[in-house]
Amino acid sequence: MTLGGGAMTNTIPEISQYSDVVFIIGSNTGECHPLIAKHVIQAQSRGAKLIVADPRMTDMANKADIWLRLPVGHNITLLNGLMHVIIKEKLYKAEFIQEHADGFDDLTRAVEDYTPAYVEDLTGISQQDLIAAARLYAGAGAAVILYCMGVTQFTYGTGTVASVSNLAVITGNLGRPGTGVCPLRGQNNVQGACDMGGLPNVFPGYLSVTDEKHRARFEKAWNTQLPPKPGLRIPEVADAVHQGKVKALYVFGENPVMSDPDNNHFIHALQELELLVVQDIFLTETARLAHVVLPAAGWAEKEGSFSNTERRVQRVRKAIEPPGNAKTDWWIFCALAQKMGAKGFEYQNTQEIWDELRQVVPEKWGGMTYARLDQVRGLNWPCPNEEHAGTPILYVGGKFTTPTGKANLKAVLFHPTGVAEDKIKEFKNPIVGKIAELPDREYAFTLTTGRRGYHYHTGTMTRKSLPLNQVGPEQMVEVNPQDAAVLEIEDGDYVKLTTRRGNIAVKVWVTDRVPEKTVFTTFHFWEANVNELTVKDTDPLSVIPEYKVAAVKIEKISLAEAKALYLEKAQKYRVELEQEVVAEMQKGWRV
Amino acid sequence: MKVLTVCPYCGTGCGLNVLVENNRIVGVEADSSHPVSGGELCIKGYFGYKHLEDSRRLTTPLIKKNGKFVPTSWDEALGFIAQRLTDIKQQSGPDAFALFASARATNEENYVAQKFARAVIGTNNIDHCARL
Repeated sequence: MTLGGGAMTNTIPEISQYSDVVFIIGSNTGECHPLIAKHVIQAQSRGAKLIVADPRMTDMANKADIWLRLPVGHNITLLNGLMHVIIKEKLYKAEFIQEHADGFDDLTRAVEDYTPAYVEDLTGISQQDLIAAARLYAGAGAAVILYCMGVTQFTYGTGTVASVSNLAVITGNLGRPGTGVCPLRGQNNVQGACDMGGLPNVFPGYLSVTDEKHRARFEKAWNTQLPPKPGLRIPEVADAVHQGKVKALYVFGENPVMSDPDNNHFIHALQELELLVVQDIFLTETARLAHVVLPAAGWAEKEGSFSNTERRVQRVRKAIEPPGNAKTDWWIFCALAQKMGAKGFEYQNTQEIWDELRQVVPEKWGGMTYARLDQVRGLNWPCPNEEHAGTPILYVGGKFTTPTGKANLKAVLFHPTGVAEDKIKEFKNPIVGKIAELPDREYAFTLTTGRRGYHYHTGTMTRKSLPLNQVGPEQMVEVNPQDAAVLEIEDGDYVKLTTRRGNIAVKVWVTDRVPEKTVFTTFHFWEANVNELTVKDTDPLSVIPEYKVAAVKIEKISLAEAKALYLEKAQKYRVELEQEVVAEMQKGWRV
Repeated sequence: MKVLTVCPYCGTGCGLNVLVENNRIVGVEADSSHPVSGGELCIKGYFGYKHLEDSRRLTTPLIKKNGKFVPTSWDEALGFIAQRLTDIKQQSGPDAFALFASARATNEENYVAQKFARAVIGTNNIDHCARL
């Protein structure tokens, strides 16, 4: 939208080699991307400076030269404040903006109100720290911004992403080694799933389904007519089921019952479906609700490729056979397509699938043969032909992939309770943000969510990997010591967390990691899944839910009360079913 | 036997060698030549493979009959799904189908999955948890 693409502009090794300043915002890099954090620490030992913006005292906040402890939800306030200082002190790169960007006047007016005094008033960040951070970032020879879901999981996440890229553009921190805007992808192949067209609006290679010319390309390759209307996005599917529009859902390698916000709403939708097919390696919380469950091969049981957060395509290799009758996901889809009489699914191996992609979208992957990928540790797309070395750095020389070839600087406005209409009218298409659910007298705390280093998402894999479950055996909620004192809670006590959507019982960890009036927990444990509590309001452009802020009530409960709530959850997620089905599977087919 | 591959957890894409004996993974070594992970892994990279041999792995297709999951053959399971999808498409149109693709599966698997939704069913109702 602002630069022309939605991927990391630069690569990870550049951080340790070239970056003079690293600015981390909304990313718990130390726990969630430990080997990227290593490159940041190596950069620091080379003399680079680290700025971290995070409400929580993460590992990286601890190592920062400047830690900007903003309240949850205030990313735009902070970013606009930084740009206010940079513009006022003329620390921006006027020549780069002139040649390579549009919208600087609008941006200048948008950040005008965000003076250091105003930012301090809203966020508590000292004027001194804000100014120091702005000078440090803008003064660097090469500065990189790393961000993650702490930026995107808000109803105004798109606005925050635009702000991040505004900041990089006005300081000329793009298109050179050690610079860039780097969204850190959470899952091993979330980049690849997007690249391959696992999105409702684009074919593989981000080619729009609404564009006749792109459709014609895939219609020719697949020898069939293709639909021109963009499809539903995940957060829209539950409502479509309730409205009777969607009747069949096929889920593979995901556990949306645990990962969707306000999951009671989602579970009800699944129960209304005429057909739910779940294809996975375990009988996940989602699979337990299915009409048909298909056993899939795991990661070390198949050939193929993953694309990491730097657009690096790497070969995945089969080490062992899958158990029993489990099959690879690609085999299952091909077998099903053939059962339905479709042509074009006769692949004998993953190389044939990959080669089809290379032929259809040569501009991105044409040059990446399996033979080449076998010889190197991956190649970064675009890599259009076999002589091409891949593209570690995007937008070299300020050449952006927007229709104009220039970066779009967007006016982004934010206030927790909303921005005045008069203010909004001053700008052409501004992005405007406010927090969906603020604390009030009854729900007095701010709840924010994320992951822990030992576990991964809904715990399907890590909770069944014994050493990991030993070090991270149960859910914990982080509570600030000041709040713990007021609530008369001690470390190890149990509390009930209640929002307007639901409640869970959690063990307390009294810690300075969270600021006052803010609590943090995760979605790793069915026993106390935070996604029973989160709000389902979404960003209007990206449709990302606001996982990072909800208003919550905290009450101390007894161990007996906590146990009673656990038993309730065990019933809700039909936990006993897994053992039953394992016993059935061991008896073999009986149909 | 050592098999060079990529860690299945976060988006960093660290390189690792899987150590195999008799079709069992017995350990994981960091790939010292990898440009990102350079000979190191986090705790998930070193120990996160254990779930593969957990006794609760799904080993056969299951169809729910009278509220109970019953083990079945691939032929029957796929035949059942193919019939139901064909009926639903005929009655309610291709957009009555939605597919959640996987940020955990390979590029090739995601390519085939979206091709299935678009070319076989005829809908763009395909998304995955990039947003979640």
